[in-house]
Amino acid sequence: MTRVAFRIPAALQPLAEGRRRLDVELPRSPLSLGEALDALWVVCPAMRDRVLTEQGDVRPHVNVFVGTDSSRWGGGLAMEVPDGAEISILPAVSGG
Amino acid sequence: MVTRRSVAAKGGDVVLLVGTLKGAFFLRAPATRTAWAVEGPYLPGRAVYALAHDGREGRQRIWASAASMHWGAVLVSTDDWGRTWTEPPEANVKFPVESGLALKQIWQITPGRADEPDTLYCGVEPAALFRSTDGGKAWTVVRGLLDHPHRPRWTPGGGGLCLHTIVTDPVRADRMWVAISTGGVYRTDDGGRTWAARNVGIRAEFLPEKYPEFGQCVHKIVQPPRGKTLFLQNHWGLYRSDDGGDSWQDVARGVPSDFGFAMAAHPHDPDTVYVLPLESDQFRCPPEGKLRVYRTRSGGRTWEPLSRGLPQQRVYETVLRDAMTTDALDPVGVYFGTRNGKLFASNDGGGSWRLTVDSLPPVVCVRAVGTDDARGRRKTSPRSARR
Repeated sequence: MTRVAFRIPAALQPLAEGRRRLDVELPRSPLSLGEALDALWVVCPAMRDRVLTEQGDVRPHVNVFVGTDSSRWGGGLAMEVPDGAEISILPAVSGG
Repeated sequence: MVTRRSVAAKGGDVVLLVGTLKGAFFLRAPATRTAWAVEGPYLPGRAVYALAHDGREGRQRIWASAASMHWGAVLVSTDDWGRTWTEPPEANVKFPVESGLALKQIWQITPGRADEPDTLYCGVEPAALFRSTDGGKAWTVVRGLLDHPHRPRWTPGGGGLCLHTIVTDPVRADRMWVAISTGGVYRTDDGGRTWAARNVGIRAEFLPEKYPEFGQCVHKIVQPPRGKTLFLQNHWGLYRSDDGGDSWQDVARGVPSDFGFAMAAHPHDPDTVYVLPLESDQFRCPPEGKLRVYRTRSGGRTWEPLSRGLPQQRVYETVLRDAMTTDALDPVGVYFGTRNGKLFASNDGGGSWRLTVDSLPPVVCVRAVGTDDARGRRKTSPRSARR
């Protein structure tokens, strides 16, 4: 069993019934980031299209962290998620 | 926190739908169109590249493409002039996974003809056409264009590889034109199953072969009323077609530059079209620093400058492909917005202009709605003056 906590950014909280944090339990370990996110989409299906493209890639201006490590430098969606990890979904510092 | 001002439109008002890089604004005026109330921002923080009014079957619905740099682009709609918006729970415009493509932007929304009241189209980047036949609930990609053998050789312009213009034929139900930058004009005569390039006579200044079958950077196509002609603003070149796009004739005589993006058709007079020339692709500002709309009332044989009320010194404005439009009143209203956030309006067919708003975010699209449209009232006076 693996427990992970998702930190939900303000813009996506309406898709998570207003919650800032979501705890998810998964019946296996170790877990990949992609598998953890799949569990989040089960709880909040509308969030998937905001975070991932239809090709399943993290959107270019969205960052996903496992603890303090960005998935961009840690193996992408194959990144390992340890039991008890906190996963943060954050908008990148881009805009205009 | 964004403070939004929202005022309901009354019957007889004209409403301008203005899409900007930071949200949408609605400008409302009575039929005199002399004083405008600015409402919004709606969808603040999101780029609104496309807006469309659907007044078929008594609807009063406005569609908007709402693109977040972070969270992607979706189509949203409002039935109460922006007070409330319907957001899809999941993204409503998506490429099939096997295509290998991912949506970047929604560039155009076009309701289908009046006799297909639940059909809508949208054009997107990367270049593709989507269709809904249930009033916008479900969208599917038009396979005939997605699988077109030319696709691998289409190349992105400065704005990306986008399908930015959709023109339905008011007479032939299965005929439609789309424009792609850079791919050129494509037409279907069988409801979207097959598409043929329709670029004969259109110049591609940026290619070694100046008149290729496809690959042109078409900036806008408009179809004046009665559906017999098409006009086209190209990346260099102004054209007219009298055979449904089978061939195009250069009509850029009398304009200071044939480069530009915006083009708008008169709603009643098939020979009247408006363009806003820019100096060149290297300097996309009005020639001589003078902001001038050019109008033809002769189907492109001659063009005249319209500048009364527009700044004529040191103007460095750019007007993008969807940022000019006309309303359906008589005399016709003509409107355009600039990348510097100014919106100019004429209530006399372009004879005179007023700066209506001067501090919007960069304007990318402008559409005009008569609030009587959905009620089926007459929009024009019987005399239909050519102004």
